[in-house]
Amino acid sequence: MSVGWLEVVVATLFLSVVVSLVLARGRHWLEPGFWKVAAVITSSVMVITLILLSVDTVRKVSMGSKRVPQPSVINREIGYVYNPDRRAMEPVFGKEVGLFGKVWSEEEAERLIVRGKLVIQSRNCMDCHTLLGNGAYYAPDLTKAWLDPKWERQIMPATGAKSKEEAMKVFLMHPDKYPTWFRRMPNLKLSEEEAEAVIAYLKWMSAIDTNGFPANFPEVKVSQTQ
Amino acid sequence: MEKLYESQKLALWYFWTAIVLFGAQLLFGLIAAYQFINPDFLYGTLNFMTNRMLHINAMVVWLLMGFIGGIYWFLPIETDREVVGIKLGKLAYFAFVGAVAIVVLVYLFKQFGSGDFFTLWFITEGREYIEAPRWADIGIVAVALTVAYNVIATTIASKKITGILGVLIVDLAALFGLYIAGMFFTPNISVDQFWWWWVVHLWVEATWEVLVGVLMGWLLMHLLGTPRKIIEAWLYVEVMLVFGTGILGLGHHYYWIGTPEYWLGIGGFFSSLEPLPLVAMVVHAVYDAGVHKLQTVNRPALFWAFAQAFGNLFGAGVWGFMHTLPQINLYSHGTQMAAAHGHLAFFGAYVSANLALFYYILGKTRVKEGYILNGVPWKIAYIGLIVGIFGMTAALTVAGFTQTMIERATLGSTWEAYIQAQMHPWMEEAFKWRLFFGVVFILSYLVLLYDLITAGKRVEQLKEAQLAG
Repeated sequence: MSVGWLEVVVATLFLSVVVSLVLARGRHWLEPGFWKVAAVITSSVMVITLILLSVDTVRKVSMGSKRVPQPSVINREIGYVYNPDRRAMEPVFGKEVGLFGKVWSEEEAERLIVRGKLVIQSRNCMDCHTLLGNGAYYAPDLTKAWLDPKWERQIMPATGAKSKEEAMKVFLMHPDKYPTWFRRMPNLKLSEEEAEAVIAYLKWMSAIDTNGFPANFPEVKVSQTQ
Repeated sequence: MEKLYESQKLALWYFWTAIVLFGAQLLFGLIAAYQFINPDFLYGTLNFMTNRMLHINAMVVWLLMGFIGGIYWFLPIETDREVVGIKLGKLAYFAFVGAVAIVVLVYLFKQFGSGDFFTLWFITEGREYIEAPRWADIGIVAVALTVAYNVIATTIASKKITGILGVLIVDLAALFGLYIAGMFFTPNISVDQFWWWWVVHLWVEATWEVLVGVLMGWLLMHLLGTPRKIIEAWLYVEVMLVFGTGILGLGHHYYWIGTPEYWLGIGGFFSSLEPLPLVAMVVHAVYDAGVHKLQTVNRPALFWAFAQAFGNLFGAGVWGFMHTLPQINLYSHGTQMAAAHGHLAFFGAYVSANLALFYYILGKTRVKEGYILNGVPWKIAYIGLIVGIFGMTAALTVAGFTQTMIERATLGSTWEAYIQAQMHPWMEEAFKWRLFFGVVFILSYLVLLYDLITAGKRVEQLKEAQLAG
């Protein structure tokens, strides 16, 4: 039997109430002792449930799982389309296209992703942008930044770069020179290698299945190879 | 005025440091709010990201310091003896203040580093709310351990454990244990944010709420003479409701970070119940207000305690519920809605609690028996701060709705959609109103500061009739 959210909700509430009542029997409900039992039991049930769910969740979001892909996904075409069965948008993967003109081995891709995450933390991206919707709200959400049409429409012509990733690199290394409106990203002194790692990270992050967030994003289709 | 325990003197140090950091929080918040309107202000010198980090980090630290102060104030009263490791406690205080000073200086003058582990250890970890570098994390855990040790050792030395102390000990263990969940690096952002929320959510929506329940329980007991039995029964009900709804309410942060779909149902269900304990607190506050006809020897403490109950319900409960269901959160997640909720919730739940405690302590240390702590300035500060925070919240709510509707629901969450929403007059105007009410808030803080420094100079003779009932 597969356990869904409703079973979890009903079971935790049922266990909390029944076990509390059994253990507190004989006590008057206006006594602090009655509520002490209820507090201890309810908290314990919730903590145990959270731990069980966390074990399951961490397994389901490990790299290489269905929801969170391997780092080497950066070699492939990544899209984001509406799935009518799920009634939500989800990432899709196409043919191998590489990144920065090369195909990265699993180990190389992993090193790049680790480096990208370190750069993102060291430059405090989260205190202006949001990543997976979390952070500050002073700059755009980066969850699907790799798929954003603005790179091709505006940043590629502005930088004169030949590809999307090259345009992103120029932009990230000198964001102060390419304002898109009156708030400009400050120059955070990214080296070329750091900028490439961040771009790989953004591409990898766009491949995470986020249950349809952000909704209503312009669809990006990929060539059929699967 | 009774003679103070050493622990209570330490409590006063913590509170004064907290109030100074409160000022720092407001200063950096003001700069950040102004940068929304004039992004060129200090651009490249003190960027928004640095101000925002200082704004929220100063808040987390000063609120924690106030809580620690509250613990050190009431602990010797509750156990009827001096705190066991008071010297250690004082040493930890200096270590804490020293560490905060170094972290702030590095934030201000270094700001960011290159993408390696050195930066994470010595400059910033770059994870919202817990940006402090790893060495400071370890320092925070050490300080926390001394507080926990002092509470446990003093309880043991006093040879009796009250229900309130029992709740405090369990809660402190959980609170500080959780912090360790935020002290590791992983390249996987879904795993990163999963554990990050264990720290952030299980602090502010579970363990902090219970800690404030303990401190406000002590406050009501000593300020209004509410019987211990009632306080303890309420505290247990509150623990049941806060942990019963807040622990799995954590699920509302797991909708869109890569985690499985069952969190949509679990998070939606439990987080929509999260206002329950807050309603319970308001019921109690209204009851107390009626019984005592709003009379007490310390009016500011009592009024801030009421502000806490109502502010917590509105800020955490109502504003939280507004965007907690996944059906709306799909669009409102990561918008100014969260900022609106955050401002009112932190003020209502934690700032008010800290101010109530501080006024209570000042009344105890500066006002003679038979007099009432009162006067005009605290009322100006009280009204000004409440008007300021509601004004900022209202403005951010308008901004949040606009961003949700235009950027997310209509234009499709792209970079350009973000810009279009931010440039919409409904958002631009809202940011101006937020700044205006932010200025109101800061001016009120200055009045508050004046009143706290001079508290005890404006007292009234206590008339027996005032405390009747």
